[in-house]
Amino acid sequence: METRASERNPSLLAMEEIAHMPYHWAIGLDGSKFFQEIKEREVLLGIRCPKCRKVYVPPRLVCGPCFVKMDELVELGIEGVVEAVTLVNYPFIDPDTGDRRPVPYIYGYIKLDGADNLFSHIIKTPPGISVQVGDRVRAVFSRKKKGRIQDIAFFEPLPKRKPRSRASRD
Amino acid sequence: MGKRVAITGFGQTHHSARRWDVNGLELIQEAVTRALADAQLNLKDVDAVVIGNMDHFEGINYVDTWSVEGSGAFLKPIFKVTTGGTTGSTVGIAAYYHVASGLFDHVLAIGWEKNSESDTTGAIITCSDAIWDRFSYSGAIPSLAVEASAYMKRYGITQQDAARVTVRDRGNAVNNPYAHLRTAVTVEDVMHSPMLTEPIKLLDICPRSDGAAAVIFSSEDKAGKTCPRPAWVHSVSVRHDTTWFGDIDYVGIPSLASAAREAFHLAGIREPWKELDVCELYMPYSFAGLKWIESIGFCAPGQAPRLLWDGETDMGGSLPINPSGGVLSTNCIGATALLRVGEVAQQIMGKSDKRQVPDVRLGMATGFGGCFWSDVMILGADKP
Repeated sequence: METRASERNPSLLAMEEIAHMPYHWAIGLDGSKFFQEIKEREVLLGIRCPKCRKVYVPPRLVCGPCFVKMDELVELGIEGVVEAVTLVNYPFIDPDTGDRRPVPYIYGYIKLDGADNLFSHIIKTPPGISVQVGDRVRAVFSRKKKGRIQDIAFFEPLPKRKPRSRASRD
Repeated sequence: MGKRVAITGFGQTHHSARRWDVNGLELIQEAVTRALADAQLNLKDVDAVVIGNMDHFEGINYVDTWSVEGSGAFLKPIFKVTTGGTTGSTVGIAAYYHVASGLFDHVLAIGWEKNSESDTTGAIITCSDAIWDRFSYSGAIPSLAVEASAYMKRYGITQQDAARVTVRDRGNAVNNPYAHLRTAVTVEDVMHSPMLTEPIKLLDICPRSDGAAAVIFSSEDKAGKTCPRPAWVHSVSVRHDTTWFGDIDYVGIPSLASAAREAFHLAGIREPWKELDVCELYMPYSFAGLKWIESIGFCAPGQAPRLLWDGETDMGGSLPINPSGGVLSTNCIGATALLRVGEVAQQIMGKSDKRQVPDVRLGMATGFGGCFWSDVMILGADKP
């Protein structure tokens, strides 16, 4: 704990405190399976809503819009398309560590093959290569897996296809 | 159908990056005192209080009880409502519900924040899911940047288009003595400001402010007694979707589209662009001033830049947006959406001084929060 004074008016004081507050959050049944499948097979799981047929990643118990329970787990691709992306270039405190998060880095929302919603993660690129909306990326897994989101180390861009071959795929 | 309700008083603090001179309670007290004076009411006239902020921004829980010396709620009913960025509009809507129920005559709504008391980005990150999103989620600015990336790609929007929104709001703030940032800027200033997270530059984003707002909602039985020209609540709408960041539509903003549609319908508004006289919209970054007015329905998707460049949303334009300078000039998060409500009410009361739009009959206030959820309130000069 430390008390600081205003630079403009040193008679005004403010107290500074850095708190350490441990938590442990239950991941739930489907979320736990998601991490176990990554650990055992480097596979990404989604879950399908029996009513609207939408496939969600990560898998969770309930489809919010339909408000029904889901139990059909489906295997997704480890590749997908970037739907929204940014290069983060300003410093801030990461509440998970209490330290400044290292910048710059790219984070984005990826539509994994077989999923209907987006998956949030960081994207690493070779120097000089940027990532655009519409680019294809692939998950790169961590060697040591601990049952957490960092078991996917990052996503990396795939070589860009020629427009003609993409058109024929669609 | 509940009782008809009007806003009869509004007070706000002078906002700045860091109010060293007051603690949270004293900041709240400043806004409440001004709102009571504006409404020509005494504290004893207030039947209940609804208050909100972001608890963890100041590290304070049970703000309802903690705040009584500032809010004046000692031995009165006080309720806390915390919904992220929409907190201010939600406390306003909750106060409206209280009065509309017929159980309360005057209810005080308070929103406040001392953003200076913690690292705002770090605090906002704790709003994201600890297991799935927190590792990559990077706070408000990058999550807005990814939204902008999808919108720009879809409609070919440029950074200059967005800069025009900042130019409007910061120019308007010059007329608002309470605003945090009161200097006008140019498109070039915005374009040359430091890149924070592509495509958002320093002047594309709101500041972090310390400040408080207080608004008094009164029943139809009392509103006319002290207030010569009350601002009647014509409709409200609240829309939440999901907190999974991966479930969000980054091209549109469905919660705002849905809230606006319902609020217009309830208020009997068919052509909002023509019928509204003024808007105070919670738009925390410049691109929202394009994309989100399309979601409200003021123009077709991708057409907002045209309205901005033609000056249609400037003071003196067809529909002035953010005469106060908006969120790009002041953002004391828990107060921000209540400032929108209070500013529109003040426009209807005709008390907005240099930022007054002539003869306001109908206005719209919005709130925006967290995972792209929305509140809307329509206020009017005519008793509904």
